[in-house]
Amino acid sequence: MNWSALIVFVALFIFVTWLGFWAARWRAGDLTQLHEWGLGGRRFGTFVTWFLLGGDLYTAYTFIAVPALVYGAGALGFFAVPYTILIYPLLYLVFPRLWLLAHKHGYVTSSDVVQGRYGNKWLALAVGITGIVATMPYIALQLVGMQVVIGAMGVSGDGLVGDLPLIIAFVILAAFTYTSGLRAPAMIAVVKDLLIYLVVIAVTIFVPMKLGGFGPIFAAVPAAKLTLAAPAADTYGAYSIYATLALGSALALFLYPHSLTAILSSSSPGAIRRNAALLPAYSLVLGLLALLGFMAVALHVGTNPAFADGFKRYGNSFAVPALILAIFPGWFAGIAFAAIAIGALVPSAIMSIACANIFSRTIYRGFLAPNATSAQETSMAKLASLVVKIGALAFIIFVPVPYALQFQLLGGLWMIQVLPSVILGLYLRMLNGWALLAGWVVGMGVGTWMASTTSFKAAVFTLSFMGVHFPGYIALWALIANVAVSIVLSALLRPFVAPAPMLAE
Amino acid sequence: MATQPGPEPRRHWLRILFVLPFIAMLWVSSYNRLTPELFGFPFYYWYQLLWVVIAAVLAWIVYKAEG
Repeated sequence: MNWSALIVFVALFIFVTWLGFWAARWRAGDLTQLHEWGLGGRRFGTFVTWFLLGGDLYTAYTFIAVPALVYGAGALGFFAVPYTILIYPLLYLVFPRLWLLAHKHGYVTSSDVVQGRYGNKWLALAVGITGIVATMPYIALQLVGMQVVIGAMGVSGDGLVGDLPLIIAFVILAAFTYTSGLRAPAMIAVVKDLLIYLVVIAVTIFVPMKLGGFGPIFAAVPAAKLTLAAPAADTYGAYSIYATLALGSALALFLYPHSLTAILSSSSPGAIRRNAALLPAYSLVLGLLALLGFMAVALHVGTNPAFADGFKRYGNSFAVPALILAIFPGWFAGIAFAAIAIGALVPSAIMSIACANIFSRTIYRGFLAPNATSAQETSMAKLASLVVKIGALAFIIFVPVPYALQFQLLGGLWMIQVLPSVILGLYLRMLNGWALLAGWVVGMGVGTWMASTTSFKAAVFTLSFMGVHFPGYIALWALIANVAVSIVLSALLRPFVAPAPMLAE
Repeated sequence: MATQPGPEPRRHWLRILFVLPFIAMLWVSSYNRLTPELFGFPFYYWYQLLWVVIAAVLAWIVYKAEG
C-alpha cells in the first residue's frame, strides 16, 4: 500500500466532492428546469466552456489508453494527435449553427434537433438511442481508468472488496450530479485540468532531464515502432488506417451526447468559435501524454519486477501509472493519480447527464408521457442519470475489461451514424426523415457486420477496389453507405413528400 | 440570458483555410519519416505537433476576420 499517494489522493477527492455539491449554488438557477439542470442554464462563457469541453474530450481513458497504445504499438497510437487537430475546424464550421438552432427552439439534445427539423419522432428516437447505447460503454471505460490508478496505489482485492473503492467513487459522483446537474462537472473540470497540466509539465520536464533529453527517449524505442510501416505496392496499409482512424474519430466526437451537451451549454456561438482556437492547447498536452508511452519504454517499466503484477492485471494500461510510480515520490504520484481519477469523474458526470437529457426529453416526453410538465421532465432526467451510472458500474464489474474495449469500438462506429441526420440536415434541404432513418439502419448494419468479421476485436476493415486494398476505420466505411442511402432515397421520395422547412435560417 | 446571441457571422472566404489541416494530416506519406529531427524529436512527431499550433492559429485568423 502506497500510503503517501493514497492520502493525497483521498484529500483531493474529498475536495472535489465538496466542490461538486457546492456547485449547485454557482450562478444559481431554477434546477427544476431541464435546461438549468442539464445545460447549466446555457450560461457558460468562453472560459468555462473551454474547461468543460476539455474535461469532456480529454478523459481518463485518454490519459491511460493513448499512452498505452503508443507504449504497445508505437507510431500508430499517435493518430490521436491528427484526430484532435481535425475536430476544431469541424467545431468552428458546424456547431455555432447548431447552437443557434437549439437556442431558438429550446433544444437540449440532438434528438430534439432532428425532431424539430424532420418532424419524425422515430428518427429522433433512433438518434437518441444511438447516443445512449454508444455512451454507456464509454462511461464504463472511464471507470477502467479509475480502476487502474486505484490499483496502482496498492488498493486491490478480489471480488466485491476489490470493486469497493470504485463503487464509493461512483456513489459520490451520482449524488452530486443528481443535486447540481451540469454545474458540478463544470466546476470540477477546472480543478482536474489544472492538476493534469501540472502533472504533464512535471513529467515532460523531469523524464527528459533524467535521461538526457528527448533524443535518448526516442532512441530507446525500436526503430520499427517510431514510424508507420511503409505499405506494400497494392495496398494503402498503415497510411489509410492512420488517416481514417483520425478522420472517423473526429467526425464521431461531437456527435456524442456529452460533447453536444457541453457545446449547447455555452452562452453564445462566439464562445464556441473562440474555443476552436483555444482548445488545441489540450491537443498539445495530448501529444505530450502520448509520448509518455515512449518514456515508459525508455525507463524499462515493463521489465521492472515491481510493476509485473500491475501489467499482469491491467495490461499496457498500466504503462502510465508505472511510469509515474517509477519517477515521482509518493505524494506527487497521489496528485497524478487524483488528476486521472478526477479526469474520469468529469466526463462520466457529463455523459450521464447527456444520456439523462435524451431519455427524459425524447423517450419519456416523446413517447411515454407527452403531457409531462417541465418539472416532471427534469426529475425524470435526474432519475435517469442515476440509472445510467448504475448501468455503467454494472458493466465494469461484470464485464471483463477486454470486452468493454470492444463495446467502445462499436460505440464509435454506431455514434457516427447519426451524422447525416444531425449535421447534413443543417445544410441539405432535400433530406427526408424516412430516408435518413433507412440510411441509419444501413449504416448500423454495415458497421456492425464489418466489426463482426473481426469478432469485434479490431476497428479496421479492408475494402478492395480493382485489386487495390484500403484498410480503414469501419465507422467511416459504414458512414459512406449511410450517406449514400440517405441521399439517394431522399431524391427518390422527393416528388411525393414536401421538403422540410429550413429552420436554421 | 447573460448574452444575447447575434446572428451567425457573415461567412468569410478565409474559411477556405480550414482545408489545410485536412490535407496535411490525411496525407500520411508526407510525414511518415524520422528526419529532420528537432530537439531530439523525429520528424513524424514534431511535424504533427506543429500542426496543432498551425490549426489553432488558422482558427484564430478566421475568427478575427469574421469579427
